[in-house]
Amino acid sequence: MINFLLNDKPVEVNETASDTTVLDYLRGNASGSQQRKTGTKEGCCSGDCGACTVAVGEPEGDQVRYRTMNACIALMPSLHGKQLLTVEDLAEGEQLHPVQQALVDHHASQCGFCTPGIVMSLFALHHENPESKPDVLEALGGNLCRCTGYRPLVDAARELAEKKPSDVYHQNRTTIANQLNAMKVDEGFLANGSFIPDSEDELAEYLEANPDARLLAGGTDLGLEITQQLKRLKKLVVVGQVNDLQTIEQHDNELVLGAGATYRNIEPVLQGHFPEFAQMLKRLGSQQVRNQGTLGGNIGNASPIGDTPPVLLALDASIDCRKGKRIRNLPLNKFFLDYKKTDLQEGEYISRIRIPLKPHDLKVYKLSKRYGDDISTVLAAINLVTDDDGIVVSARIAFGGMAAIPRRALRCEQILQGQTLDEATLARAQAALEEEFQPMTDVRASSEYRIQAACNLLERYFRESAGQNMRIIYHA
Amino acid sequence: MRKLPDVASIPLAGNPDAGANSGINQLKGHRSARHDSAHLHVTGKATYIDDRPEMADQLHAGFGLSTQASAEIVSIDLDEVRDSPGVVAVITIDDIPGHKDIGPVFPGDMLLADGKVDYVGQPVFAVAAISHRLAREAATKARIEYRPLDKILGVDRAMEQSSFVRPDHTMKKGDADTAIARAPGQVSGEMTNGGQEHFYLEGQIASVIPLEDGQLHVYTSSQHPSEVQKLVAEVINVPLSKVVADVRRMGGGFGGKETQAAAPACIAAVLAVKTGKPVKFRVERQQDMISTGKRHPFRHRYQVGFEQDGLLAGVDIEVAGDAGHSPDLTDAIVDRAMFHSDNAYYLNNARVKGYRCRTNTASNTAFRGFGGPQGMLVIERIMDDVARATGQDPLDVRLKNLYGIGDRNTTHYHQKVEHNVLHELIGRLEKSSDYRERRKAITAFNDSSPVLKKGLALTPVKFGISFTARHLNQAGALAHVYTDGSIQINHGGTEMGQGLYTKVAQIVANEFGVSLDQVQVTSTRTDKVPNTSPTAASSGADLNGKAAQDACRKIRNRLTRFAAEHYQVPEDKVVFDNNSVVIDGKPMPFSEFVQIAYLNRISMSSNGFYSTPEIHYDRETASGRPFYYFACGASVSEVTVDTLTGEYKVERVDILHDVGRSLNPAIDRGQIEGGFIQGMGWMTTEELVWDDNGRLLSNNPATYKIPSIEDMPPVFNVELFEQANPEHTIYHSKAVGEPPFMLGMSVWAAIRDAVSSLSGYQVNPNINVPATTERVLKAINELKYHGVTKPEHEGQEVMANVD
Repeated sequence: MINFLLNDKPVEVNETASDTTVLDYLRGNASGSQQRKTGTKEGCCSGDCGACTVAVGEPEGDQVRYRTMNACIALMPSLHGKQLLTVEDLAEGEQLHPVQQALVDHHASQCGFCTPGIVMSLFALHHENPESKPDVLEALGGNLCRCTGYRPLVDAARELAEKKPSDVYHQNRTTIANQLNAMKVDEGFLANGSFIPDSEDELAEYLEANPDARLLAGGTDLGLEITQQLKRLKKLVVVGQVNDLQTIEQHDNELVLGAGATYRNIEPVLQGHFPEFAQMLKRLGSQQVRNQGTLGGNIGNASPIGDTPPVLLALDASIDCRKGKRIRNLPLNKFFLDYKKTDLQEGEYISRIRIPLKPHDLKVYKLSKRYGDDISTVLAAINLVTDDDGIVVSARIAFGGMAAIPRRALRCEQILQGQTLDEATLARAQAALEEEFQPMTDVRASSEYRIQAACNLLERYFRESAGQNMRIIYHA
Repeated sequence: MRKLPDVASIPLAGNPDAGANSGINQLKGHRSARHDSAHLHVTGKATYIDDRPEMADQLHAGFGLSTQASAEIVSIDLDEVRDSPGVVAVITIDDIPGHKDIGPVFPGDMLLADGKVDYVGQPVFAVAAISHRLAREAATKARIEYRPLDKILGVDRAMEQSSFVRPDHTMKKGDADTAIARAPGQVSGEMTNGGQEHFYLEGQIASVIPLEDGQLHVYTSSQHPSEVQKLVAEVINVPLSKVVADVRRMGGGFGGKETQAAAPACIAAVLAVKTGKPVKFRVERQQDMISTGKRHPFRHRYQVGFEQDGLLAGVDIEVAGDAGHSPDLTDAIVDRAMFHSDNAYYLNNARVKGYRCRTNTASNTAFRGFGGPQGMLVIERIMDDVARATGQDPLDVRLKNLYGIGDRNTTHYHQKVEHNVLHELIGRLEKSSDYRERRKAITAFNDSSPVLKKGLALTPVKFGISFTARHLNQAGALAHVYTDGSIQINHGGTEMGQGLYTKVAQIVANEFGVSLDQVQVTSTRTDKVPNTSPTAASSGADLNGKAAQDACRKIRNRLTRFAAEHYQVPEDKVVFDNNSVVIDGKPMPFSEFVQIAYLNRISMSSNGFYSTPEIHYDRETASGRPFYYFACGASVSEVTVDTLTGEYKVERVDILHDVGRSLNPAIDRGQIEGGFIQGMGWMTTEELVWDDNGRLLSNNPATYKIPSIEDMPPVFNVELFEQANPEHTIYHSKAVGEPPFMLGMSVWAAIRDAVSSLSGYQVNPNINVPATTERVLKAINELKYHGVTKPEHEGQEVMANVD
């Protein structure tokens, strides 16, 4: 069974199928759910609007860390051992929570349909540690509001930023953490059709024996198969409890990231080594997605427009793939074979991502129709290392959105090798890009735009290397 | 004569205006009252239709949508749908007992397809099942065979083939051709604007409960409950009196729920009648985006003659709106585009012709501004064209062409522009935004910045207030005063977030001189106030506020008469204020007074009614006074454009907007800011993309991008231009719903201003709406590499999405 705290009440879920979304469970749309908590709204059912945002508490030592997620695409097994908070939980009787009061005071709701999600995003932000507190705009980027124009939301959030949390969740954090820790099970178990392993060994063993099981990590993509394609996913293996998969290790010569580490959790370490990578992560999906989505999921999903693969390609990353007890290390550029086809074998999963720590000059450029919470039209990761004479000694250039897979610009890299970053080199390198990529025209952009943008981003890299600073500053 | 209570026994609370006569034409106190549902919104207790308790035998509807843009239905096999788990009923057009066409004004909107389909996403059949999920699953199992017919996609093709839903219409003033030919300068051009998805956060939904004797209670998320009532009654073939439509609130409407909320309600009603069970129809987001209409895309052509100083001599404008497959509200929408193709400018000699194109897409519909934004784009583009041609700051050309105060004030539809505030308003904004100094700074910046370019633009808005369909300019209300002094008010307007209920409650409280918490606004129901107009055309507070005021005054007048007789004082010595009735200077608590009135058998319930005076429009002569007054505003936007990628950022926005004497400054500011950002979205990132088969590719929020919080300008100064409306509107306020939407035009103009810098401000770049990064880069290319601007080539091949 799946155990979690629904606000302050322990809940055991036995009857609800594993592919039930948290939103359907809360609103009572799922068979087996007796809940009728309708405060949490369904806006899009695809994780794009944030109306269904809920907060999830996880024990962190004797404290609780609250992060948001989109309940519409989150699946029930991901709640195991956690605390689920919704908009109904925050007020104490008639006394509004400070987050709610701030929204009322600033006239920050109009139609009110997005408001519950905004309340929960602000609640989680309110409870963030001061040292890792994200910017208000970053925290609310995944909460679309069609009425207010956002100004009062920003004002309310900025006012709250001055205040420390003092609510019951803050007061009771140790008790809650203890309750959650007590729910931990020391070995993997089957629950409502899912297997929830407790260790990598259990995960590897189960997956080898059950290659038809679907891996549920952050679920930010998998959930769409259920809500948009109306698929039923009866057999899931849930990696959320596998701590070994979420490790972040810094060695002298490489960074080793567990495939189950979330975007949010890898951001600080990347900020230290690859600030441009970390900056881009702030634009990957929304805060709700960054809280849940994992690096391994982004790679394994193998979308041509996933944001991290091009960056990892430009950094010569490799991945550990594990099947049963066997682990093989594969350079990432051998992993993507064709559109959504990878070298991953049956019963195998991505276990770790290894990023070499060596001299680099990585820059990451993301182009999208909208600045925040949008899928890339083109993502360029360019890493040209030059020697003291300005000669390129190593060239790594990779793109998303330019081919059926995230792909390195091998010909362009070759041309740059051994050259200086001057106008003549740029022209030849751009010509190579035009030759080796035939991007498609789709809903996001035309082929012509993509190719020109890619060439121009290379120009930007050259100009920036020459000391010209010319990027629009989005967040002051 | 009865004894009046002792003055000293009544505490006079801190209202400085206590004792003054209330109910005069001014709203006192609690002006920035919070939204009446704010505390419910933030606690999750605000009940939307999907949140209502479900019945034990609740059914859920789903529908099957056409996959073809234009085709004959050869066969429909629904056996697998019927056999699908949980299915209780399946209906096609043949199962509709009454009217099958739910066209709101003109016919053309079959509730379910009748032998042919006219767009991808058209409902073909519907199903009721025991859960929402099972209904959706069942609906995927139909086997429908189509024989494709010729299809028309886009305005260009429709114009070539003379494919129209309604006849064209022309407005004329003076002699445009001669004036253009004789003018020293001429420009001409063509441009397009895209449509816009409403993206109300709450999708279309209705819930129908069958009652005894053939009655139905219809909970609907509709801006037009009376129309839902009528259409439901017609499709199930019962008198209107059998159907109640009930709307407490919508999770956003923006025009998208004016006519198009009716279909889900009608389908649910047919299924409810067929099964005898309650049926809820919640349309899932992607199906909502595919099956319902949007803002009209337009193609515009213009030819203009101007004097050397940039003053317009004559204009010839052609606007062509893409109606989609049926008329819906297109006639009035294209009319409004034509009415507003002057925006704030005196056109002198003008011809404005409007076409209503029929194409094979969902039927486009009302959306905040209702054609006005599309019309205004043309003239704003012309202003920039003329500015570049004459080497002037576009603001100077705009100022020069504004409607005059005493002269130059007749529109191309022969309405006089009275009480013109544009000069004063723009003058104040020009100063407060520091426009001239920033212009200098930006020019200097652009001279020294090779890649990033800044742009600045000020654009005005003058928006006509009233429904152009005259009969819609009426409203009703129903007020009850209960014996404890609490008041219930009901009116024909609907609450979609705009704060209408709050404003009406303020009006009622003001009329009775009681505090706001004494007033309860109840859900909008067709059995309380009948024959209502849609909450649209920015008219919600203007019409319903007046109707509510009328209802209150009828009761108050009765109470005044009663008090005068009862206490033997002149009527003018009876004043309602500060939760009291002050009779000859002596206050009595309102609650105590109404108790006495009740015991004396005074009726304390009344309806109220209002119809807008003075408006008329003669289509034959294309002249009249379609608008009671104009609401105005202006905005200044500054942007930075990246000339390597076409990306841009809106850096600062200053707005001054005319709301008359504001009913609620906080709510009005919310409308202005929200309208601006929504308008900015239409101008920038909100791009609808169809493939060659008429399939909408931007059919979810992953591919259709409305502004997010990160798009809000970091500097966003919004001020109200508070000057009483000289017309007799409710407390001399002005409508505020739609006009601010068009303030977003300054973003589009600023982007073009930035790009124009590449030509040394010689060329007004051709950037259609929305100005996506791709379009901006294309315009940059044209200026960088060719130095000229050419009409954008649209219609490139588009392939499927690559997620």
